[in-house]
Amino acid sequence: MDEQAAAAELAIVQEVALAGLIPGLEAICGEDAVITDPMQLRTYECDGLTAHRCSPGLVVLPQSADQVAAVVRACAEAGIPFVARGSGTGLSGGALPRADGVLIVTSRMRRVVEIDPASRRAIVEPGVTNLAVSKAAAPFGLFYAPDPSSQQVCSVGGNVAENSGGAHCLKHGFTVHHVTGLEIVTPGGDLTWLGDGTGVAPGFDLIGAFTGSEGTLGIVTKIVVKLTPLPQAVTTLLAAFETTGHGGAAVSAIIGAGILPAAIEMMDALSIEAAEAAIACHYPQGAGAVLIVEMDGPEVDVRGEAAAVRRLAEQAGAFEIREAADPAERAAIWTGRRSAFAAVGRISPAYIVQDGVVPRTALPDVLDRISELSAQAGLRVANVFHAGDGNLHPLVLFDDSSAEQTAAAEELSGAILDECIAHGGSITGEHGVGVDKSRYMPRMFSADDLDTMQLLRCAFDPAGLCNPGKIFPTPRMCGEVPGVRRGPHPLVAAGQAEMF
Amino acid sequence: MTTEPIPAQLAAACQAVRPATGADAVSGVQPKFVAAPASTQEAAELLRAAADLGWAVVPRGSGSKLHWGAPPLRCDLVIETTRLDQVVEHAAGDLVVTVQAGVSLERLAEVLGTAAQRLALDPPLITPIHPAPPPSTPAPHSIDGPLVSSGQHQWAIGAAQATRTRGTVGGVLATGVAGPLRLRYGSGRDLLIGITVVRADGTIARSGGKVVKNVAGYDLGKLFAGSRGTLGLITEATFRLHPVPAERAYVTVESAAGIQACRLIAMALESPLAPVAAELDWPGAGEPVRAGIALEGDTAGVAERTRLLCGLLAHAAPVVSAEPPPWWGAGPASQQDGSVVQIAFWPGDLGLILAEIRTAAHAAGVDPAVGGSAAGLLTASLPPEADAAAVAAFVTGLRAVLGHGLPGQAGHRLADVPRPMAGAGRHGAGARAGHARPPSPAAVAGDAQQAAGPGQRRAAGGPPARANVVVLHAPAAVGGLIDLFGPVPSLALMRAIKDQFDPGRIMSPGRFAGGI
Repeated sequence: MDEQAAAAELAIVQEVALAGLIPGLEAICGEDAVITDPMQLRTYECDGLTAHRCSPGLVVLPQSADQVAAVVRACAEAGIPFVARGSGTGLSGGALPRADGVLIVTSRMRRVVEIDPASRRAIVEPGVTNLAVSKAAAPFGLFYAPDPSSQQVCSVGGNVAENSGGAHCLKHGFTVHHVTGLEIVTPGGDLTWLGDGTGVAPGFDLIGAFTGSEGTLGIVTKIVVKLTPLPQAVTTLLAAFETTGHGGAAVSAIIGAGILPAAIEMMDALSIEAAEAAIACHYPQGAGAVLIVEMDGPEVDVRGEAAAVRRLAEQAGAFEIREAADPAERAAIWTGRRSAFAAVGRISPAYIVQDGVVPRTALPDVLDRISELSAQAGLRVANVFHAGDGNLHPLVLFDDSSAEQTAAAEELSGAILDECIAHGGSITGEHGVGVDKSRYMPRMFSADDLDTMQLLRCAFDPAGLCNPGKIFPTPRMCGEVPGVRRGPHPLVAAGQAEMF
Repeated sequence: MTTEPIPAQLAAACQAVRPATGADAVSGVQPKFVAAPASTQEAAELLRAAADLGWAVVPRGSGSKLHWGAPPLRCDLVIETTRLDQVVEHAAGDLVVTVQAGVSLERLAEVLGTAAQRLALDPPLITPIHPAPPPSTPAPHSIDGPLVSSGQHQWAIGAAQATRTRGTVGGVLATGVAGPLRLRYGSGRDLLIGITVVRADGTIARSGGKVVKNVAGYDLGKLFAGSRGTLGLITEATFRLHPVPAERAYVTVESAAGIQACRLIAMALESPLAPVAAELDWPGAGEPVRAGIALEGDTAGVAERTRLLCGLLAHAAPVVSAEPPPWWGAGPASQQDGSVVQIAFWPGDLGLILAEIRTAAHAAGVDPAVGGSAAGLLTASLPPEADAAAVAAFVTGLRAVLGHGLPGQAGHRLADVPRPMAGAGRHGAGARAGHARPPSPAAVAGDAQQAAGPGQRRAAGGPPARANVVVLHAPAAVGGLIDLFGPVPSLALMRAIKDQFDPGRIMSPGRFAGGI
């Protein structure tokens, strides 16, 4: 049999297998929770990274952890791959579905199960949005610290999968620093708890291993998160500089002075121009770079830090410094930053968002290199970044109607990542590897490193059915897996009643 | 001491190998040899040689916590990290340091201090239980501590061997131990941004990197942190650093009734005064309870917050000091002999936990010293002369009441116990009815019972238990009576991980939870 015919036959086998799964899934989750209509399936074809698309074979919308476990068990028994999806805001294709698999969407699991103000903990279901946790905690003077830019819509389950950060993670840490317990469904379909909410459970740190595993080690069904007392005071400064070099010097001076602001963000001239055109954010005229520095904490401390930051920024050459006097002014300062990605979309037909990290002190060098690379490629690059932790988001602008420009943009984007690696940095600070960057992993890690990481994968998912094809360029074989069948489940013929 | 000659492949793999002595025994299990690699590469070759020989390996740093956990099922070779003694790179501008596993926290603090920076980890000072091992073959390469040269061998031994130490970087990571600063900065796993390990088969693997923000690949550092040497050998680590604060203040109160100390802690932790530590010390059932809060920051900020905190606690006669009180962070976890029992819990349950510790101790006929972080991690310690059966009964009793309600386990759920603290209710969907517990003899108990109002119950659907009890170390007689680690959630997954990383079970076999 030639390869083509074999592939065609496999596709038919897979289709039959998926079809065989439908009655069972409907019995588990209800008929309205299983989507089979091709038009409806298409709405799930990509996450926030729209360059990668694939219509899922099936979509299920479970409403409880038990339903998730039963769905996963059915998939595992039938040897059908499955992918979990929260709100679909990820930027690396981590929730890219499989045509031959089931997409398990957690958006109907949105209960805030418990708020425990005395312990400063919340228990939430995976579909709860990030911001909803802080809203539920606010009456008790608490908030949930990780705050990815998409916090109004992104789900906590997705945050766990991606170990999401946010502008304020410089001081407050990432998702992994705020999770003390996870209820998960293992790739084999078992419902189990990792940790007990204390943060110090006996045995291996499975919470640490699971958080940031991009949906490849199981599906989270409940999350215990730490809550943080709301800060007494918040001060936001906007400092305008002639160049990013001056802005970078200010960042180094602030960190060097032993100050740890909650956030330090920088935008370059092109991203300021884009934001100005899109939403008229009224940043200082003629700024080649703006720095947003936010401090939070006890009132006296924040006042002292703000005075020091102001002084250091002036010494570094800031020609205008504004201080937000109230929440409305703070929101105005942040609006320019938060709108930057979308704003760039208005000045260019298309753009690639890159997510590289370099040591903070390498920022000036790397920015220089990016502008050289940009000039060589003849493509504009707008820089928006979390300057405090060296996390760059260069936006590579191009015309996607030109195949030549598209290829050049891809190449430039990759060259920027190479630059990050060369400076001892990382290919992703917060967006994840997903399908988008798995090909870059061997540039950052040795074959042994990747092989060792995949031992963890083999321990959780020996059959390789849980979000396969993500993170690692080459899957590791996990040896013989007893009890896993490929193709239609033999019990399908016998009817769903016997299956479930 | 063994009379076996050093096997050729071992001698070829590592320059520093010597026969083990009685002082090298690991919880009573006598190894044949001790080897001290000076590089990751050498460690890899050593582990490959050990794997070839089918030898079981136990890693050792300063030896200050080598007695933690169960005795190894087998131990042929101790791999000592003291020659992995280099601070590889301190990137002060990036607040990042890369350091080899054998460097002590004291030495690291010295290096970082020159840039007014610190690794925000303050585990207890412990005197290594073993005397400095007898010096051995070959001459040391580079050492920082005094060279011990008595006996017929020479050996590179860090100063840490002889004096109290917070441990080595590798040991602190592998044991997961932390100190009062855990409240603000977490433990080693939270500060770790990159790691180099050698697997049981000698494969060298790295994860993470040297940037603070990085989500590329699985985080093996988290997996190895707290793994007690059962997955491989940690040889190098990269940490995120923090500035040394300009000012520190400690606000302490002492109370005959524990509830007052609990209230201090609760008020401080719920306040926006940003405490970095909340410690507690309760030496015995009849003793007063002492509680302390640490504040850090710039001079003006700390002064103002100290004033505000003292105002909150005016009724409890708070004492302010620039230096920590003598019991601070030393805690019972620094005790090297006897039994130390660690109790992790949800911070809001502090009063209840204290009451239950005293109740269980009373029932078992023991009187432990209790201390540690009031924000969720206490230890209860008992002297070596405590009756083994009584210690075991204490642990078993505590586990039963703190409700390790794992499937098939008997015992109350903590969820059914009234809340200890007044002022903050439980807010959850589907709260279920609980039952009141009988009054406890402990000082805090009466208050705890009164403070818990009706309807303040846990919602269903959280983790099956909200506390756990682990025996950090105990005499062999205690270990023979109880499981030191107790029930472990997701043990099957942990065993699967062990099987993947160390299928031959040569790395610290049997020392860890679930017999891993």
